[in-house]
Amino acid sequence: MTWKLDPDRPIYLQIIDRIQTDIVTGVYPPGGQLPSVRALALEAGVNPNTLQKAMSELERSGLVESHRTSGRFVTTDEEKIRRLKESLVKQEIQTLLKKLKIYGLTKAELIEYIERNEEEQ
Amino acid sequence: MNILDCHDLTKIYPGQTTALDHINLSCADGKIIGLLGPNGSGKTTLVKLIQGLLTPTEGEVLIDGKKPGPETKAMVSYLPDLMSFDESMKIRDLFWLYQDFYADFDKSRAEDMIQKLQLDPSEKIKLLSKGNKEKVQLILCMARNARLYLLDEPIGGVDPATRDFILHTILSNYQRDKASILISTHLIADVENILDEAIIIQKGHIQLHESVETIREQYGCSVNEYFKEAFKCY
Repeated sequence: MTWKLDPDRPIYLQIIDRIQTDIVTGVYPPGGQLPSVRALALEAGVNPNTLQKAMSELERSGLVESHRTSGRFVTTDEEKIRRLKESLVKQEIQTLLKKLKIYGLTKAELIEYIERNEEEQ
Repeated sequence: MNILDCHDLTKIYPGQTTALDHINLSCADGKIIGLLGPNGSGKTTLVKLIQGLLTPTEGEVLIDGKKPGPETKAMVSYLPDLMSFDESMKIRDLFWLYQDFYADFDKSRAEDMIQKLQLDPSEKIKLLSKGNKEKVQLILCMARNARLYLLDEPIGGVDPATRDFILHTILSNYQRDKASILISTHLIADVENILDEAIIIQKGHIQLHESVETIREQYGCSVNEYFKEAFKCY
């Protein structure tokens, strides 16, 4: 089964998103090895050159390190991963707030909704 | 060195049908390129000119700097849009045939792929389903260690599971530092995720030759949507 990708957005950006999420959520732990470009391209069902481009971007940001002979590894810099998590969560919240804007809630009401939802679950 | 160059390539069929009209094209090595266009746009004509099955009316096509001939056929692995085998042959016979004709054919890789499909090598081609015939033909094509894979409509008329198998087989056999792939198809949505570049051809002219990611970035839509919008028929 290949990855679900949105054909309207550049594929390499979506691959970056996906790998970042996998790093933040611990699918690939700090210092852990990433699968090869070839293996990931096959899993995703995308062009290996596109996957290579995503990897190069991740390397440039320092989140992924390339060790010449042994492959690619997640950074051991946990502070970096924590900051990435923060920015990803921030993005998600902004998207959610944008969507909820049409209901015209105040911040207090919004928090109340979230808390009530938590209790119900 | 480009893997493919066309200079003023023109093909006019008897009866004055112009299939390709002064096409100029350069394709860098190591990419998967989609040759996209509606039926009758000239895709198969271009593929046949590259394979040397047709001769140009005017202009020339070069593969790795060489004109089509025995030397280019030794490094181009061609998948025709029609079944090209003697159907009374068995799958195993075809392995021998390919091994005799192509020095770059990796027989054990072909055998592995046939085994994964759970097909019996002693089965006659004519007893296979249409989908399995297409799979066998593709396996033979992709089991060559070619410089250029020339695939004419590899996913035309197959079910979604077979389509996934075909795309997976193309990707898993593709060595990007050694080979290029040209896929001709009108089923853009099905192939666009595996492409580097798209060549859009219409009525014998190249309308666009661009990286697929650039198309998505510039127009904010898929290559398929871009194509539908740019080449509306009504």
